[in-house]
Amino acid sequence: MRALFLLCLALAALPAAALPPRLADTGLDAPGVIAFEPQYPLWSDGTAKRRWLYLPPGATIDASRPGAWDFPVGTKAWKEFSYGARRIETRYSERLADGSWRFAAYVWNAEGTEAVLAPAQGIRALPVPGAPGGRYAIPSRTDCLACHEGAAVPVLGFSALQLARELPRLSSLKIFRNLPAEAPRIAAPTATARAALGYLHANCGHCHNDAGPLAEVGLVLAQPAAAAGPAAPRRLLERMRSPNPLTRMPPLGVRLIDAEGVALVERWLHPDPQPRPEPLP
Amino acid sequence: MTSRFFDLAIASFSLALVLLAATWPVHAEDKLARGKYLVTTSGCNDCHTPWKMGENGPAPDMSRMLSGHPEKMALPPAPKPAGPWIVSAAATNTACSGPWGVSYTANLTPDRETGLGKWTQRNFTETIRTGRHMGRGRVILPPMPIPMYKHFTDADLEAMFAYLQSIPAIRNRVPDPLPPAGDVASAR
Repeated sequence: MRALFLLCLALAALPAAALPPRLADTGLDAPGVIAFEPQYPLWSDGTAKRRWLYLPPGATIDASRPGAWDFPVGTKAWKEFSYGARRIETRYSERLADGSWRFAAYVWNAEGTEAVLAPAQGIRALPVPGAPGGRYAIPSRTDCLACHEGAAVPVLGFSALQLARELPRLSSLKIFRNLPAEAPRIAAPTATARAALGYLHANCGHCHNDAGPLAEVGLVLAQPAAAAGPAAPRRLLERMRSPNPLTRMPPLGVRLIDAEGVALVERWLHPDPQPRPEPLP
Repeated sequence: MTSRFFDLAIASFSLALVLLAATWPVHAEDKLARGKYLVTTSGCNDCHTPWKMGENGPAPDMSRMLSGHPEKMALPPAPKPAGPWIVSAAATNTACSGPWGVSYTANLTPDRETGLGKWTQRNFTETIRTGRHMGRGRVILPPMPIPMYKHFTDADLEAMFAYLQSIPAIRNRVPDPLPPAGDVASAR
């Protein structure tokens, strides 16, 4: 008994294994890796993105709280960023045995044949043809935490709202327990309002929510939130379309203003005084 | 044998004293005093309190203690850098121009709308640790010495935040930083 206790103590004291030096060693090609696509994607300077999730065999996600799914130890998630046919980076997160999460980025070589672990401090200006100004920023580990630790759950795109359209397919894979029968839907009076609220949820809500460290700021853009709009819509739009990169929102992972996203939020906040008939939401 | 026992007793007593000191509750007054000491000696007033010219030369204007760059102070464009002189500072020492653009020092007083009044300890600690506003917003620009300050202990940052929340609130909305010339965002 004492030996068993000492063994457990020793195992608990062991640091987590170092991050794999190559993306290929993270398990992305393992059987059971699930591709998914959120309905409200994050704007990332026009990059094309692919996403995957892995759960250990037999493990399931506790889906009883739609806004805060509980992922089992051993969960892994990946997101790949590309310009055209060229893959730039693949970001990786993993839930460790102690329940914490770790994050990393893997940078692809120019040939697209291999991706290796990026430095912990990131790469501020990786030369990438097609990226704004020919430069691309690989996030630091601290940058990862800035977004992923601001929300209720560090996995941002794999949630009940984001996957509402894919839930039947995913549910058939037996990866959930306690999944409510009805998929969540943003409460909104029009389709434009719903799209705008979804956009703000995906692009701003991981920081601007009422449960995370920015709750005191008083700007809740995560769903579920009131459909009436933020208290200071003019300021919200100013920050979204500011030409000043030091103050524009979002502050991370974006160099190009998302003109379509800004136009969507403008249409929601300042609807046409004589609106054309809009399809029912 | 007696000597060995004596040594062991001394060692145990010392260990007990160390543990007692480490776990002794820190009184609020001690924390505030520690915070005041750290804020004062770490140079916060050098940049976050506007300087004014006095009989003995320029000195921080403590009537505006830690309220940041004065919002009503209009500044002309900074001089163009020449040779190795790449940084310019305003006379108040609250605005600084360099390769990063123009930075204005923040209002550190507990004013709820223009200072740190709504901030939590976590916001403050993560700002210093990450070099980002509230730990997740815009980058904190030079000359704020984040590369050095991020090494403050949690206890030090708690003491500093407690002290900053205790000083008089001053309403002063500091302007947004300016990007370097030519570094403006475009739309897709």
